[in-house]
Amino acid sequence: MAENILRMRRITKTFPGVKALQDVTLDVERGEVHAICGENGAGKSTLMKVLSGVYPHGTYDGDIEFDGSVVEFKDIRDSERDGIVIIHQELALSPFLSVAENIFLGNEREKRGFIDWNETNVEAGKLLRRVGLDLNPVVRAGDIGVGKQQLVEIAKALSKNVRLLILDEPTAALNDEDSAHLLGLVKGLRSEGITCIIISHKLNEIREIADSVTILRDGRTIETLSLHDGSVTEERIIRGMVGRDMESRYPERTPVIGEEVLRVEDWTVHHPQETSRVVVDSANLSVRAGEVVGIAGLMGAGRTELAMSVFGRSYGSRITGTLYKNGTAIAPRTVSEAIGHGIAYATEDRKRYGLNLIDDIKRNVSGAALGKLAKRGWVDSGREAVVAGDYRRSMNIKAPSVTSITGKLSGGNQQKVVLSKWMFSDPDVLILDEPTRGIDVGAKYEIYTIINRLAAEGKAVIVISSELPELLGICDRIYTLAEGRITAEVPIGQATPELLMQYMTKEKD
Amino acid sequence: MATTVKDPHVATTPPPVKNGFSFLTSRLRQIGIFVALIAIVTLFQVLTGGALLQPDNVSNIIVQNSYILLLAIGMVMIIVAGHIDLSVGSVAAFVGAMSGIMVQDWSFPWWAAFLASLVIGGLVGAWQGFWVAYVGIPAFIVTLAGMLVFRGLTQIVLENQRITGFPEEYRQLGGGFLFPGLFPAETNLLDWTTVGLGVIAVALLVATQLRGRATRARLKLEDEPASWFFTKLGFIAAIILGLTYLLASSRSGTPIVLVVLGVLIVGYSAVMSNSVFGRHIYAVGGNLQAAQLSGINTKRIDFMLFVNMGVLAALAGLIFTGRLNSAGPGAGNLFELDAIAAAFIGGAAVTGGVGTVIGAITGGLIMGVLNNGMSLLGVGIDYQQFIKGMVLLLAVGFDVFNKRRASNALK
Repeated sequence: MAENILRMRRITKTFPGVKALQDVTLDVERGEVHAICGENGAGKSTLMKVLSGVYPHGTYDGDIEFDGSVVEFKDIRDSERDGIVIIHQELALSPFLSVAENIFLGNEREKRGFIDWNETNVEAGKLLRRVGLDLNPVVRAGDIGVGKQQLVEIAKALSKNVRLLILDEPTAALNDEDSAHLLGLVKGLRSEGITCIIISHKLNEIREIADSVTILRDGRTIETLSLHDGSVTEERIIRGMVGRDMESRYPERTPVIGEEVLRVEDWTVHHPQETSRVVVDSANLSVRAGEVVGIAGLMGAGRTELAMSVFGRSYGSRITGTLYKNGTAIAPRTVSEAIGHGIAYATEDRKRYGLNLIDDIKRNVSGAALGKLAKRGWVDSGREAVVAGDYRRSMNIKAPSVTSITGKLSGGNQQKVVLSKWMFSDPDVLILDEPTRGIDVGAKYEIYTIINRLAAEGKAVIVISSELPELLGICDRIYTLAEGRITAEVPIGQATPELLMQYMTKEKD
Repeated sequence: MATTVKDPHVATTPPPVKNGFSFLTSRLRQIGIFVALIAIVTLFQVLTGGALLQPDNVSNIIVQNSYILLLAIGMVMIIVAGHIDLSVGSVAAFVGAMSGIMVQDWSFPWWAAFLASLVIGGLVGAWQGFWVAYVGIPAFIVTLAGMLVFRGLTQIVLENQRITGFPEEYRQLGGGFLFPGLFPAETNLLDWTTVGLGVIAVALLVATQLRGRATRARLKLEDEPASWFFTKLGFIAAIILGLTYLLASSRSGTPIVLVVLGVLIVGYSAVMSNSVFGRHIYAVGGNLQAAQLSGINTKRIDFMLFVNMGVLAALAGLIFTGRLNSAGPGAGNLFELDAIAAAFIGGAAVTGGVGTVIGAITGGLIMGVLNNGMSLLGVGIDYQQFIKGMVLLLAVGFDVFNKRRASNALK
């Protein structure tokens, strides 16, 4: 029995209004590859940020024991000194610096304050060969592909004498070939005695390279399974990830479903910068009046990209396919045209894309349809305040008044402001992207009630969500999306978390 | 876990009833700038032994700063949208020079030269707006280039010579007064034109404010406490009447440029707070992506802002040229910095989304009174620069400090 290099004991981390981690326990054996699984929002990334000192000691409860002694990291540098290196999902290379400079960033090879370029480049070359990259270390990091960038990150970790390497979704943005290379490299590191923690949604990958897997759900540790004897199937892991009670978290509703309102046909979208990369791949979907349709997919599956490209081409390049509104082909090329066609899109990131946080409730509510309140270019502020007041009451926005600044509201109330804004634009189709992300249970219930009310008014509603129970609780029909393709259309009667997760993790044949 | 659902129909908390005083403290940041202006005026009034508020000096302050205030209006709009314009001084000089060429060399009548000048300003703005909005080059770069380009063009079209001897009508805009000589100063009578204008302004102010308050009451909207509303209204009216009295007893009455400025301040304040265009400017500056995803044509907003700035810069150039009766290659130097300083002292945010026309005008007046007061005291240009720089830094620093305290209080 090998000893544990890492023991995390009763880790609890609270954010304002949300308990992200609760009494989480994690034991990692020396020299193993340990996978961490869980739905989006289960607390995986938060746990790794606690471990690596992004959240310093004192901002969480519980103990971390690394290599036999209790550690209290104040920041990332502190944890790196002990040999714990985290590679984040979003790569952190500086695109205009050379590969060698990136590898030694913050850890420069120097002589009396001046960079020793020869040593920098020679050492970088050695590290690159260790990760299997035959690359000139002086090329700019931005000029190499994502797969190679990922390997450069690992080389950078190796330069810091890593003993525990944490990889957060390392293959999410990679193609199959690059993924295989990366996973091979992780195996190689294991044989050199480096312990790895890998966070991944791709269960086949986990089964291939991990020695054990810890499953997190709702900020708690569910179980740790050994993958050595092969008895643990992907279904078994999925059950651990999704299995939870879900009674009475969702308001009752009797759907009254009418005619088809929006149909998306053969919709293909390419990445806005890397225009050869397909992000959404000939997707077909439709939604009818009074219907709530879900889109399930893991991070990076192309959910937001699909929605935003439909919403007046606000995402992507080289978009092909046809949109039908009430049976007629439409081609909105801008957001305002999409709004004109009765389409509304409430973003997943309300703070960055949804609200003007420094302005008040009423001006945010009127933001997408100010023209409705204006005569010859002049806004009727009185009527605006009345309208906002009506929404404040009907949506139960908890704020002292409609002149309250939206940046000071809670997540749930901000979301209600976003929904009010789109309801005021009087759409026929509402696309709600992660409508309950980061808000508490009570407010979630209210959002579901609002969604039901919209459907009852005859609106067609599309809900994109990472939380399967949520989709199962509120939708009439669910599409699953994996790697940009719609992999299944499941009526609510047949949908189970396990079935959806299977289609969501289905890879290209 | 499953039963922690709150009743979604819980009544919202009613707005807390505020009395006039607590309302005042909550508005402290907004009114701070006005308090600062009054404090500075009082300080210099005392230090100069009453010279600052001599009727002729007040008239002088207004005329001397009119073109900076004018530029500050356009500048604060651009800053609210998250941009900056470094070229306004050069553009004003260029338009001044072109107008000089039009009236002197091409014998345009003064009104045609004015009209053509405003069009030139608009075209210059369209040129810069094109690069900012549609090509996507940061405004700092585009207008830095513009600052050099239009300074260069000014020198080219003037062939490095100065144009003087502008027609009388042309010079009225910058240096003229309304109906001068109707009430000669030596008779010790008030200038009734000025008094009339002041009274009309106060009447309009009171009427619109009361009507707005009545509308809000009819719609049952929350409003400022009555005590605050009437104190504020009375105070503003008193200031306008005080200014009216001073100007009416000055040697020449109301400067024409004050009327122009007053109309523009009222007009642009209304545009910024009540027009769709103005509201979109705040939306763009507050959160560009959210504005785009709300269907706002953000590029067009940016473009129009620069066109507008160009026209205002042209007007400033005409006023300046008329006042000095001269269009020179070095005219308008550093105007842009004064206008930018005015906007920031007046509470505009460097990150965009925040700022008002009235704030920028107040900021401009603070700079103007500082200039004038220090000159009256015989403070040298060297110390004046130093003090103005410190005022700018401290004003914005105070703002940042205030914001940080406010956001800390939230945590």
